[in-house]
Amino acid sequence: MRRLALLLSIGAGYGAGCSGDPCEGIEGTCVGLHAGASATVVQTALIEISPGGTVAFGEGTFSFETDLSLDVDNVTIVGAGMDKTTLSFRHQTEGAQGLLVTAKAGFTLRDIAIEDTPGDGVKVLGCDGVHFDHVRAEWTDGPKETNGSYGLYPVQCKNVLIEGCTVRGASDAGIYVGQSDNILLRDNRAENNVAGIEIENSTHADVTKNTATGNTGGILVFNLPGLEVKNGAITRVFDNEVLANNTVNFAPAGNIVAMVPTGTGIAILAAHQVEVFANTIKDHKSINIGIISYVPLGIAVTDPTYDQYPTAIDIHDNTLTGTSDMPTGLLGGLLISALGEIYPNGPFVVPDVAWDGVLDPARTYGPDDKLCVKNNGDADFINLAWPLADATTPSIDMTPHDCSHVPLPQVSL
Amino acid sequence: MKLAFVVCLLGCGGGDDTCTIDGKMCSRLSSWGLFDDIAAQTPAAGVLPYDLNTPLFSDYTTKQRFVRLPAGETVPWNDSDALALPIGSVLVKTFGYLHDRRDPSLGRRLLETRVLVHGEAGWHGAAYVYGDDDADAEVAIAGTLVDASWIHDDGSTRTNRYVVPNQNQCKNCHAEHDDVVTPIGPKVRHLQPERVQALIDAGALVGAPPRAEWPHAIVATDPATGTLDERARTFLDINCGFCHNERGAGRTSGLFLDWAQTDPAKLGVCKAPVATGRGSGGLQYDIVPGAPEQSIVVFRMSATDPEIKMPEIGRNLVYDEGIALIREWIAAMPGSCGG
Repeated sequence: MRRLALLLSIGAGYGAGCSGDPCEGIEGTCVGLHAGASATVVQTALIEISPGGTVAFGEGTFSFETDLSLDVDNVTIVGAGMDKTTLSFRHQTEGAQGLLVTAKAGFTLRDIAIEDTPGDGVKVLGCDGVHFDHVRAEWTDGPKETNGSYGLYPVQCKNVLIEGCTVRGASDAGIYVGQSDNILLRDNRAENNVAGIEIENSTHADVTKNTATGNTGGILVFNLPGLEVKNGAITRVFDNEVLANNTVNFAPAGNIVAMVPTGTGIAILAAHQVEVFANTIKDHKSINIGIISYVPLGIAVTDPTYDQYPTAIDIHDNTLTGTSDMPTGLLGGLLISALGEIYPNGPFVVPDVAWDGVLDPARTYGPDDKLCVKNNGDADFINLAWPLADATTPSIDMTPHDCSHVPLPQVSL
Repeated sequence: MKLAFVVCLLGCGGGDDTCTIDGKMCSRLSSWGLFDDIAAQTPAAGVLPYDLNTPLFSDYTTKQRFVRLPAGETVPWNDSDALALPIGSVLVKTFGYLHDRRDPSLGRRLLETRVLVHGEAGWHGAAYVYGDDDADAEVAIAGTLVDASWIHDDGSTRTNRYVVPNQNQCKNCHAEHDDVVTPIGPKVRHLQPERVQALIDAGALVGAPPRAEWPHAIVATDPATGTLDERARTFLDINCGFCHNERGAGRTSGLFLDWAQTDPAKLGVCKAPVATGRGSGGLQYDIVPGAPEQSIVVFRMSATDPEIKMPEIGRNLVYDEGIALIREWIAAMPGSCGG
């Protein structure tokens, strides 16, 4: 009865001529919004919704000039399907994202599309319990530098579940989880972004059964300096399809992802305890799997607590195929130089797995810190031995990495 | 009263419009009883005006600020943190455009009045938007856009699609720390000394030391009031520091521009950006000493694109005078970022 009353007071009058009740079948408090509802009506609903309630968008396109925001706990925003209900921000002139969520606990976004935000699609800041379920975040003109940065963007959150989502066209990362803890990304599709999926400065993440294709880089696990939450660890990347991520990097310069070489499958930057297994990774122009420290990037590090070196990386039981002789970007340059030393008379093909070979001079590396690369079929390997100098020699010998780490724990939400 | 039909989209019937310090904001500004004459912004008895030495830039709007304390209550002097305004206090800020910035006597158009209330459960607020006349304003919890134009300082006609923030956006700036909504302006060091004296004279502010011991009043754009570093840091504190501090909404960036920050790296010096997207402008660091044109801070202050501009909200227009100050500050910084 309460739901009905709210519908009458808010939904009615703004949905004239529309059929169907967006709140049909939804338990508890629900505010229904029909296509044609003004931004004022939508934003008012997002302000006045009670904790635990649902804001339901009907079929059709809702267009906004300003960003939307939600600050109420445990609210669900739901549409009629990611191809039926669209929140379009093509004409947005205000707001650094389409939807900003600042609720402290509980946020669900389901069965809806967010399109063409000038900035980020959906940003969720500091929330415990985030669920993106069958959401599409897309820049509909395809890859363009002027597209927004992130599609789905939880940051400093806990207990994040992103499943069944589709992200396309982000000029940074389609799905980006930053400075967060306890994360499960499954069954998502990321295509035509600079980075398909990125886990950054986060701990306890499972990235599984996703498809990343046509991005510049498929899946990234990065640790960066200068952040409040740093030195992320314990990420499992498994059972993913990472295919032909060869879209020319269209990120604006100055961003870390602008340095991702076009044609990267999985990249691990200065991360710790990362287990990459049972993935199919193929047909990348630059590298199927790259593991690098922050050092070759040549960016000043002003954060004394930042650990620039990846440790305890375990790459095993993946299927790595496809060959290339034209790697790009910073890593591509290193690869060409290193391979040139090894095969002075050419020709060469880029190996499947590359490591920059940079070790922390201040650390004594034990067996638990090593890079392990094992049981990846006939995949080949190169230690780039950066910086290349007479004293160092790149190597394609995988035997120093014939080891395994204790499997990392499963994420449970 | 045409206004009521235009702005009053939801729930505001006529009749009773009681304003309480908790719960839903009342529908009309007049119901607060803050003004004897709203159009003239003549405050009612007990509503005291104040001004800031260095205000937040808000698209060249004029701002009039007032505070109303609960009857019989006072505020103890405190020159480090925000003044502890008692429960029941109301802060009021009215935004407008002078018709001609060269001649304030030609009058102005009122845009909105923001009311921030200290309720039992904390501070909360809403904006009241003016319509065709300035006699009253209607609450706009979802915010709105107002097209405005005026004659600028240089005689040119300027226009702006002025943004009245929604209730959540209040929190973007006012949740300075830990998600708790707080007033920003009323810290003694921000308040114009003449207004501080007036608050003391009115019996509202008690326990003040002799004037010689008050914090130094810094006007960011007036070199006579402080060193370049003091003025730049004051500007950044007021315009950026409410988000960009270790507990504010900008905390995820690792860039902290509040007055208390002393670590050059956290102030952005040779700090690579994070999650900045097009906000980088192709540049490598937030601040490059000696090189404002290579500093992302200047680039983002100079932008109007919603993904790039800083602050993210509350500014559509470029604040030339503020940019000039920050450029001068960075240009004078010694050192480099190497690399």
